[in-house]
Amino acid sequence: MARNDKRGPATDDTTGHEWDGIREFNNPLPRWWVLTFYATVVWAIVYWVFMPAWPGLTGYTKGLRNHSERANVAADIARLEAARGASIKRLAAVTRVEEVENDPDLLQFTLAAGASIFGDNCATCHGSGGQGFPGYPNLNDDSWLWGGSFADIKQTIRYGIRSGHEKAHVSVMQAFGRDGLLPPETISDLVAHVIRLSGGEADAAAAARAAPVFQQQCAACHGPAGKGDPLQGAPDLTDAIWLYGGDRKSIHTTLTNGRAGVMPAWEGRLTQDQITALAVYVHDLGGGQ
Amino acid sequence: MDAKLTTQPAADIARYDVEAVNSAARRSLYKAREPIYPKLVDGTYRKLKWAMLIFTLCVYYILPWVRWPRGPNEPDQAILVDFPGRRFYFFNIELWPDELYYITGLLVIAALGLFLATSLFGRVWCGYSCPQTVWTDLFVAVERLIEGDRNQRIKLAREPWTADKIRKKIVKHALWILIGAATGGAWMFYFHDAPTVAAQLFRGEAPFTAYFFLGLLTLTTYLFAGSMREQVCTYMCPWPRIQAALTDAETLQVTYKTDRGEPRGAHKKGESWEGKGDCVDCNSCVAACPMGIDIRDGAQLECINCALCIDACDDVMAKVGRPLRLIGYDTDKNLARRKAGEKPKVRLVRPRTIIYAAALSLVGGLMAYSLATRATLQVNVLRDRTPPFVRLSDGSIRNAFTVKIVNRENSTRALTLSVDSQTPVALSAIGEEFQGGAATVSADADGVRSVRVFVTAPPRSSSSATFPIAISVLDPATGEAARRETTFLTERRK
Repeated sequence: MARNDKRGPATDDTTGHEWDGIREFNNPLPRWWVLTFYATVVWAIVYWVFMPAWPGLTGYTKGLRNHSERANVAADIARLEAARGASIKRLAAVTRVEEVENDPDLLQFTLAAGASIFGDNCATCHGSGGQGFPGYPNLNDDSWLWGGSFADIKQTIRYGIRSGHEKAHVSVMQAFGRDGLLPPETISDLVAHVIRLSGGEADAAAAARAAPVFQQQCAACHGPAGKGDPLQGAPDLTDAIWLYGGDRKSIHTTLTNGRAGVMPAWEGRLTQDQITALAVYVHDLGGGQ
Repeated sequence: MDAKLTTQPAADIARYDVEAVNSAARRSLYKAREPIYPKLVDGTYRKLKWAMLIFTLCVYYILPWVRWPRGPNEPDQAILVDFPGRRFYFFNIELWPDELYYITGLLVIAALGLFLATSLFGRVWCGYSCPQTVWTDLFVAVERLIEGDRNQRIKLAREPWTADKIRKKIVKHALWILIGAATGGAWMFYFHDAPTVAAQLFRGEAPFTAYFFLGLLTLTTYLFAGSMREQVCTYMCPWPRIQAALTDAETLQVTYKTDRGEPRGAHKKGESWEGKGDCVDCNSCVAACPMGIDIRDGAQLECINCALCIDACDDVMAKVGRPLRLIGYDTDKNLARRKAGEKPKVRLVRPRTIIYAAALSLVGGLMAYSLATRATLQVNVLRDRTPPFVRLSDGSIRNAFTVKIVNRENSTRALTLSVDSQTPVALSAIGEEFQGGAATVSADADGVRSVRVFVTAPPRSSSSATFPIAISVLDPATGEAARRETTFLTERRK
């Protein structure tokens, strides 16, 4: 690789400018550079003609191509909906959860759709994976206030709980303490009774004292054995799951002030196929019956 | 530049009045490109280059049309980069996006192969098989067909614009654009089903991107091979800079044998060669050079080692009755050896070449081994994280896992999905039945089957908070198995 020592200024041309004997060489820009520059100028003009470019007082120049990102998004969404159409149509006709579960393709579509709808609408209260929070049921477990079958879940999603919808689930847990229905010492005894129902450790004598009160006040909804009743939305008091906490203090609060959680009705806010996808998703979180 | 062919009275060999316009010492950064009119030569290396040109062009244009039946639901194109389907097909190999490392390996092999070839034979890649060289060669051949050889082309360039000149230029550029379009078009065929996209391109139904890239590649082919030519190699390509680090004094390169050639000078027929070098200074090598350099200046960045000067010089040596290969493949070391009166020799086996060859065989061997033993079955386990475990009404603890079964085979497989655990657990899955710790699930051909699996540990089943489990998939038909270890999470014991 020969070293070039001969390379000097490319030209002896000068621009004619001279200051104190210093002359300015005329070394023009490379032609490719100049041509590229002119090409960008031409490109800009072509762009103004074809694409939206100049803002005006009331709008902007639309350009001959009438290009619009908004319209593109709308077209993309329409295309996506058309592509999903077949699966959505099948989903809308589903009446039994097994129809979805036994079809791996439809199941995958439904679970993905359900997860997305759940994330948008349900996760705020129930958590991103349906894990629940105190007062907001864990949807992964096998304990259901209003029934855990596919049809029950769908019913709950459609009309909600104490949502104001005429078909909404409504149950009443009395505020035994606040409303003076039971004296405080009886409530304390009932707390012990309820803890013992689910195998916890509490004062046996107090629990025994409360047994007749339980049959009188609670058994109508929770059942004589405290097993609960999904038809009335009454929780099973004998199991390991506590919506509002299973410790002494939480149960005492529940008995004193009552409980009345609210779930909105999704009928009319979600389409039928969305509700179906959501019901399948919740059912298949693991606890569905 | 006066390119008239002048026969000097003192010599029998025509002397070309030609300057090595692209040699580093002579070109100026500020001057416009001086056109190069390489003269057609004939000889061993020109024949080899024609053969390579035909071979490489055939490979490029024909490969996408080669069919390779793979059965239903799979494309039958031997080589296909299927972006929408996220697959890369190469004959019997089908790569998924997660196997991109095979492409990396291929690139590593290509680089090492290039290193080895360069350290052995210099820039053979540049000289014979680089697309820039091949297409430029093709474009020059078209130019020669329309406008004639070197002298006619120079004459035509000087002529005023006559109807004949305009006709010739139009035909030439039209042919160039046609070749460019064919080149750009063939590129599309590697990314879509070739017959389909070819028909679409002609009917105007192909997607916009196809036309865009067709246009872009037509333009680059036309510009790179038509008007930029040697400038691409000299200014744009990094390889000439890199190759200097790969060659050494024992590398065979296109070399002017100074020991034989100098002192150069015109030679009259019948004159004694006493005190004279074999080089008759006819400039044939410069006239033949597509890079516009003089090989007699020694090895230089601009030289692509295309060996056309060897053919040009051999022709002259034969005429003046001197031994051939005054310019030939030789090493720097041999120049020194001959000057010192030693016998020249070729040392292909050197530490450098051994290392490159060893690295090449190592990477190649690893690639071949891993491709041959590539798993067609894979299992991935995604555990539910919100919540990590669920307490059920009877106090038992359940973990949920999304098991993804990757079936890379082009047939639906009935697989056995099982969960191994030291601690007794109950198993269930959405849409599948577990019997005795295992379930039979069907995995679609060339796809991913997703199964939601629930593992339930009875209340107080384990003394430790968590315990290991393994989820495995077995193909009973072939015995192929895949296994993934994970952990069963449960409540912390107080």
